[in-house]
Amino acid sequence: MIEISNLTKTFSDSVVLNNLSLVVEKGEVLGFLGPNGAGKSTTMRILTGFLSANKGTIKVNGQDLESNAVDVKKMIGYLPEGAPSYGDMTVISFMKFIGEIRGYKGDELSERINYVLGLVDLQGVSLQAIETLSKGYKRRVGLAQAIIHDPQILLLDEPTDGLDPNQKQQVRALIKSLSKDKIVVISTHILEEVTSVCTRAVIISQGRIVADGTPAELESKSRYHNAVTIKLLRPYDISEDLLELKEEFSIETIGNSSGYCVVSEKGESLFTSVSAIAYRKNWPIKEVFATRGQLEDVFSKLTQGAQ
Amino acid sequence: MNMISIIFRREFANYFATPLAYIFVVIFLITNGIFTFELGGFYARGQADLLPFFSFHPWLYLFMVPALAMALWADERKSGTIELLLTLPINLHHAVLGKFAAAWALMGVALVLTFPIWVTVNYLGEPDNGVIAGAYIGSWLMSGGFLAIGSCMSATTKNSVIAFVLTVSLCFVFIVIGSPILLDSFPQWIPQFFVDSFAALGFLTHYDSVSKGVLDIRDILFFGVFIFAWLFASGVVIEIKKAN
Repeated sequence: MIEISNLTKTFSDSVVLNNLSLVVEKGEVLGFLGPNGAGKSTTMRILTGFLSANKGTIKVNGQDLESNAVDVKKMIGYLPEGAPSYGDMTVISFMKFIGEIRGYKGDELSERINYVLGLVDLQGVSLQAIETLSKGYKRRVGLAQAIIHDPQILLLDEPTDGLDPNQKQQVRALIKSLSKDKIVVISTHILEEVTSVCTRAVIISQGRIVADGTPAELESKSRYHNAVTIKLLRPYDISEDLLELKEEFSIETIGNSSGYCVVSEKGESLFTSVSAIAYRKNWPIKEVFATRGQLEDVFSKLTQGAQ
Repeated sequence: MNMISIIFRREFANYFATPLAYIFVVIFLITNGIFTFELGGFYARGQADLLPFFSFHPWLYLFMVPALAMALWADERKSGTIELLLTLPINLHHAVLGKFAAAWALMGVALVLTFPIWVTVNYLGEPDNGVIAGAYIGSWLMSGGFLAIGSCMSATTKNSVIAFVLTVSLCFVFIVIGSPILLDSFPQWIPQFFVDSFAALGFLTHYDSVSKGVLDIRDILFFGVFIFAWLFASGVVIEIKKAN
């Protein structure tokens, strides 16, 4: 369990983290969201003991980070932003170095390295210098060093940044498979990542938490959650027919006059009643569907004006 | 200790994984040869000792050691690996000592590889090998002092060229502090005590006797404390600067 309480961090005169408190339980995959400069990386860096906070405490599995830094660091696997690694080293010698620092020796060390390189599919390039590898491979080297000691806590700062769509899929699948009985914190600004891997999402803006819930809960905060999208074969004015609706609503046109979005003002589901009217009034329908809220909407609503 | 040795081994192996170690050692040996034989008049002196060899070391180190030290921390910060290194379960002093020790060991290797000159002088005459051994140790200690300054300067910046220039300048200061030219220029009214303590900070004050084979415990202590102080300062600077 990670307990962050009242974390405050200032750089010269700007406040990066403002009294941030957060508890992450075992088994959670936490998506840590926020616009650039919101304090995501700073939080990660404080959590890993790289930076120290001005105020506040962090406890990891009951141990205080400040007084037991080395013990806490042993429990954590960390992929820093940009996945830095020693470019001159070969993949295998780099992994050996990290493994030794993590306390492995001899056969056990080679076993761990083989296992982890297999997991991230790096065996083919294990004898190459890291600087000669492509971005995707470098990222995987970063992931491999973070998981070599099977950490209870995995902190990944933008793990899929700059990867191609296939590589993103691979990395996400890997994170999912690793997340059992662990705490995984992923900082990202790619929202689809949160929906696909995370069990919980926290949005921070200007160093404060502005939203905290499951991805589905956050999506439902969107204005367009449960809205009905209607596409017609030819222009037709639906606004008069819709006056029959009991719920409060507003209509937005999509594109030309043959597409509409009916948004409930209170977030109720309108699909059944709207489709009933459509059927009765014989609208020239091409398609009708209920819209799911988009995390993007919630994200920009909550973090707008922050930059 | 274990962590220091793991970091030491990584750093040391890395010098040899790149051309750096080889180029460094070769250039060190060539310049040593030029200094000793051309400028030092090794043969012309007609004496079986290595004084011309050792007396040029402070000036040779002035450029060679900063070149070795400049990347110690500047590169870590530039490439972001400092974040990786310092979030591993180690303490900062493990990293500072491990890196320093690796660079110092490379200096040691370079010094050991000057053995042909020792062979030469033993072939030509009958030198006092105890004096030579003492001078080797003293020279290596002095290179450690230069390196420790370099470690601290390297921690102040992301740019290794800046680190190089800063280190050369500071090392130069510590060389000339003990030089007679500077000491003689002090006005008469300054108490001798001050002049002496000032001179005691200089490398040459301590190295001169060492290079003649007088291995005084105070000189060894000086270099020990000097190295420790600059490494401690490196740690402080890294702590302050690592976030930038």
